[in-house]
Amino acid sequence: MHMADALVSPAVGGTMWAVTAGLMAWCARKVKEARDDRLIPMMGVLGAFIFTAQMINFSIPVTGSSGHLGGGLILAVLLGPYAAFLVIASVLAVQSLFFADGGLLALGCNIFNLGFAPAFIAYPLLYTLVAGKDRTRARAWAAAMVAAIVGLQLGAFGVVLETKLSGISELPFRTFVLIMQPIHLAIGIVEGLVTAAVVAFVARARPEALALGVPRALTARSLRPVFIGLLVVAAILGGVASWFASTHPDGLEWAMAKVTGKEEVAGVEDGVHAKLAGVQAKTAFLPGYGFKKERDAGKPSGTDPESWPAVDAGTSVSGLVGGFLAFILAVIIGFALKTRMKVA
Amino acid sequence: MMSGGAANFLEVGRMDELARLDSPVHRLDARAQAITTIVFILVVMSFPRYAVSALMPLFVYPVALIAAGNLPVGVLLRKLAVAAPFALFVGIFNPLLDHHVVTRVGSFPVTGGWLSFFSIMVRFLLTVSAALILVSCTGINRLCAGMERMGMPRVFAIQILFLYRYFFVVGDEGLRMKRSVEIRCAGSRKLGFRVYGHLIGQLLLRAMDRAQRIYRAMVARGFDGEIRLMEPTRAGWREAVFVGGWTALFLATRIWNVADGLGGWLTRSGL
Amino acid sequence: MSHHVVEVKDLAFAYPDGTEALRGVSFRITHGECVAVIGGNGAGKSTLLQHLNGYLMPERGDVRVGDFSLTRETAPMVRRSVGMVFQDPDDQLFMPTVFDDVAFGPLNIGLSAGEVEERAMAALERVGMAHLRGRPPYKLSAGEKRAVAIATVLSGLPDVLVMDEPSSNLDPRGRRRLIELLRTFEHTRIIATHDLELVVEICPRVILLDHGQVMADGATVEILGDEALMLRHGLEKPHSLRHRHPH
Repeated sequence: MHMADALVSPAVGGTMWAVTAGLMAWCARKVKEARDDRLIPMMGVLGAFIFTAQMINFSIPVTGSSGHLGGGLILAVLLGPYAAFLVIASVLAVQSLFFADGGLLALGCNIFNLGFAPAFIAYPLLYTLVAGKDRTRARAWAAAMVAAIVGLQLGAFGVVLETKLSGISELPFRTFVLIMQPIHLAIGIVEGLVTAAVVAFVARARPEALALGVPRALTARSLRPVFIGLLVVAAILGGVASWFASTHPDGLEWAMAKVTGKEEVAGVEDGVHAKLAGVQAKTAFLPGYGFKKERDAGKPSGTDPESWPAVDAGTSVSGLVGGFLAFILAVIIGFALKTRMKVA
Repeated sequence: MMSGGAANFLEVGRMDELARLDSPVHRLDARAQAITTIVFILVVMSFPRYAVSALMPLFVYPVALIAAGNLPVGVLLRKLAVAAPFALFVGIFNPLLDHHVVTRVGSFPVTGGWLSFFSIMVRFLLTVSAALILVSCTGINRLCAGMERMGMPRVFAIQILFLYRYFFVVGDEGLRMKRSVEIRCAGSRKLGFRVYGHLIGQLLLRAMDRAQRIYRAMVARGFDGEIRLMEPTRAGWREAVFVGGWTALFLATRIWNVADGLGGWLTRSGL
Repeated sequence: MSHHVVEVKDLAFAYPDGTEALRGVSFRITHGECVAVIGGNGAGKSTLLQHLNGYLMPERGDVRVGDFSLTRETAPMVRRSVGMVFQDPDDQLFMPTVFDDVAFGPLNIGLSAGEVEERAMAALERVGMAHLRGRPPYKLSAGEKRAVAIATVLSGLPDVLVMDEPSSNLDPRGRRRLIELLRTFEHTRIIATHDLELVVEICPRVILLDHGQVMADGATVEILGDEALMLRHGLEKPHSLRHRHPH
């Protein structure tokens, strides 16, 4: 399910390549700075491991289909975010070049979709799994599940956005989303389970191996780039997604209300509150702008030849997006709070 | 996606073998080939959505390289077939959704949807074959060295080379472990989740052990954190001609609709 | 010509998990000797070898290679004099081509491209693999891998060659080639192996380890011919010595 070049416009492909290349350069610098010579052979061999693991399938009961390890999360746990991102990128590059699994122009998109979330979003989520003293089995499994699901949802959504923005496929945004997200929810569950199982295995057999990926002192400070990343993602999602969810402004408003409602319920500390207020402003601004635009235009976009099937607000795209956004924000809040408490 | 075990090694090994052939194309610096491929893909994807015939002249690039490079067509076609599903799956929605009749072939109406679908498939053929040809004519070593010269971070180049190197080793271990499990499961080829978890866990531990041993071997030979590659890449007038010539051709095809011109000329000269 | 002596005095080492791998090992090997280190699994052979090229540091005792007594600071120097051939050639051949692997050592020392080329090709020719310089390692047979692995350390011009199970996984022809090759080397050779027939053929001297200690150190025929001794330490008398009549 790596994107092919045939569906990516030069603009989208080029932009994502710029983003990905920047990220890769940054990660490469970080890896060099870490001055851990052992990383080099480890990264290489683990890349080969991921490749191999993806070639072996297990059967999923009931459904009759098969699944396998994706590996992004395992890499983040074992290597830390920077090295993990590079390894994921290398696996995708080789898949693209040798198996034509994913195009070259689209490689930037694919690396971002499949690498960013596991390395930079799931990693802090799994921090408690790896380093926490109160590490219980249930917690470990929950952390892996959440991380995997979130990561894959984001990745799948990235595919949808990039395809839509490229303008080559006629596939309507909503349909695409409604196909991709549920599928990747299932895949995410599988990934979470497999990751948790493997991490548990390693924790029992070789606990010191899990220490490689944990930074020496995980303070709120060192997590800042991660939080910024999360906020950027949330902002982009809020802005762009709402721009597309144009036929159901009501559903969008409902989603936005849901978001703001969630924030109030969360019960925030002073420092974090300012951050959240910023997020709220950002996500509220763009949809509001977009929404206003629709109202001013005087109609939902009904002039397209496509006939959008009438959909209940509860399952509307905007609802999906909004709920999703709320989830991410809840995660951010959760971590901001947790870290604050740990550091304080 | 990825399944098929042993077949994958053969695929990768095969591509590498192709890279070791000798031909005028193979002798070209990897950088020139990479740049030309990228330009090609960009030009192809820059065509408007309903372009089908306008894209046709661009087939000259992959065809010319396959011929000049002595590449086996069958291998490439097979890979194209394997890679097609994603593009097909997404592209097929176009005809289903876009019902504008855009043109007619004889008395058959052709909708925009079908036109854009064919456009997608043609682009697919062009871009994927270009990428496969690139690897088949350069090989991973030269490609990585060339890309590094062009600015790719060395850590990443090394990473790809190491991954490639140990792909076979770890993969072989994985396959053997899988086969031994399958034998014990009395013929049922599907692994259960638990078994899979253990298998992968074991494989991971072995991989990590191997990484340790490799590190030891590297240190034993004086490794100090810096991997030095000795791959010479030299670009000369041949490379310049290659890149310049093809780029000009691609742009010309983009600006002027050669297919239309050709067709018009044929019909005008009375069939 | 300097001494190139390998001298180990009362070497002791325990792993972090508490396993006492070496409990006071002592021996002295002079230049050009070919010595086999034998013992059952877990006797301490690997641990000993890892000290010889400075990968592990002694907890107690002294390891001396040529002019250097092994410490963290001198470890890089020690590694230049000692060429270590590992049990699994795949661990040792990690570069894209054979030539790259053989050039790895010289490049790390900082030699010029010309010198690297010279050394690498000389090493490959020495093991008879010069024709494979452009080959990727995964395309080599077991025997070829083993030979190339040896070349990768030869190119560093070591004084001492340390080898861990060099004849494992080789078919009879590959094994024969290896034995002949080792026979021709003039370096000090220290070979840890289970292949007792190989020992009989090319190593005049044997050091027998068990439980992290030297149980016997002397002439091969005597030690390997002592059936009781061999059995006591988890080994057996090699077949070729069963029918030997003392002259």
